[in-house]
Amino acid sequence: MTKTKSAVAALVMALCPALALAQTVDSGATAWLLTATSLVLMMTLPGLALFYGGLVRSRNVLSVLMQCFALCCIVSLIWVVFGYSAAFAEGNAFIGGLSKAWLKGVEVNTVSGLVPESVFTMFQLTFAIITPALIIGGFAERTRFAGMLLFSILWFVVVYLPVTHWVWGGGWLAAMGFRDFAGGAVVHVNAGVAALVAALVVGKRNGFPNTAMPPHNLTMTVTGASLLWVGWFGFNAGSALAANGAAGMAMLVTHVGAAAGAVAWMALEWVRFGKPSVLGIVTGMVAGLGTITPASGYVGPMGGLIIGLVAGVVCFFATQLVKRKLRIDDSLDVFPVHGVGGFTGLLLTAVFSAKSFDGIGLPDGVSIGAQLTTQLIGAVATAAWCGIATLVILKLVNVVTPLRVSSEQESDGLDLVLHEERGYSL
Amino acid sequence: MKLITAVVKPFRLDDVRNALAEVGVQGMTVTEVKGFGRQRGHTELYRGAEYVVDFLPKVKVEVAVTDEFVDRVIEAIIEAAKTGKVGDGKIFVTDLAQVYRIRTGETGDQAI
Repeated sequence: MTKTKSAVAALVMALCPALALAQTVDSGATAWLLTATSLVLMMTLPGLALFYGGLVRSRNVLSVLMQCFALCCIVSLIWVVFGYSAAFAEGNAFIGGLSKAWLKGVEVNTVSGLVPESVFTMFQLTFAIITPALIIGGFAERTRFAGMLLFSILWFVVVYLPVTHWVWGGGWLAAMGFRDFAGGAVVHVNAGVAALVAALVVGKRNGFPNTAMPPHNLTMTVTGASLLWVGWFGFNAGSALAANGAAGMAMLVTHVGAAAGAVAWMALEWVRFGKPSVLGIVTGMVAGLGTITPASGYVGPMGGLIIGLVAGVVCFFATQLVKRKLRIDDSLDVFPVHGVGGFTGLLLTAVFSAKSFDGIGLPDGVSIGAQLTTQLIGAVATAAWCGIATLVILKLVNVVTPLRVSSEQESDGLDLVLHEERGYSL
Repeated sequence: MKLITAVVKPFRLDDVRNALAEVGVQGMTVTEVKGFGRQRGHTELYRGAEYVVDFLPKVKVEVAVTDEFVDRVIEAIIEAAKTGKVGDGKIFVTDLAQVYRIRTGETGDQAI
């Protein structure tokens, strides 16, 4: 929301709240955003928790579920205290102010765009929840709970809140005309880069890459991935912040992107390894979804199709590169799938936004090349800020409390060592 | 008396059980086990990361028999478990020093 708009809205609200409500709240948009918010929360709990939980070994399954759950709760509290304000309140180009700390001024009749501000802040909170939860895949199976929590809290404040303000809160990237519809930079590049840096700082799991570390329950992983697919409709189509054609088109291209990413990954595996795998097809789907995310409000169905196919191919090779060539233990491949996917999607948004490529069109006088430059600046700035801040935060946290469990604890499993529980008593 | 221990492919278990019943075997113990022989393991691939799985699932069937039954039981197992490919398994025959039936206290051939 622009400065003038919100000032006018505030004035009108002050003069006549009932009238302002009648004029500005759109019940259709509100109903859809309430629904979309629920869908996006479902992406983390249980979607991502199950997706990740199935990928680790059985002795660490609870640690992953616990991390996702705890992050949901803690991020929600920070959001209420100052997170929403730092991301979305009036501020400078870099960070929002504290005028909405403790959700001050968010009342039953407060309006944001077409919906009550309570709905807007709840919707944005679900994005804030999933981003740090995505990161834990990078350092799964070896990180202490306390270290993970402290890191996540600091990362959320230092990286997530400012970057959200840059892109969606009226910050410098928004002012440049940077296009990130639903979080290619804010969520996916951010989470991917943080996971990569964290994997490097925390170090490889004992035995990587020579010991077998197969997923303990791919049924769980497919269940989680399927919830992510459905939840992503709320993520991308909800980001229209309206119940209209833009939301409808966002849902359509999101679906097409997911399907195309899945098919591309499956086909590549089939050709290169001789067998199409279940983990492969669902990973391609997540890659397609992450990549279509920044583009979802700007492109048409054919753009979605091409972006999805590119996502499957690029993320597939990125995974091979990180895991097999560079031997980096980004355990659940967060960087190659989300980081590389988000980055690719941000760049492709410039191309497929254009009218000539079936998109909604670029702003007047802006060429594809110029938009591409803006997209590149936004993606690189996000990656750089996130990378450097993540590194510094991890080093600081490690001074306060160790990030990593001991070798013996790692082999006993985090569930028993950190939570005194077992995932399965079969 | 002999203890016949056969390690066979899991999907042959029903046939082995039926074949043994036909030659008159009245009891057996079956355990799910893992191991490898000439078949070795197999590979699994997760997002391109390849793992060699050394131990394959097998089923171990243990049957205690009187001496005159030994040959027939072994033949029955071989016939039922054989596919002709590596990994069909092995049969081990060992002497049994004594057998007791717990309920009645019978011993030796009576207890089998």
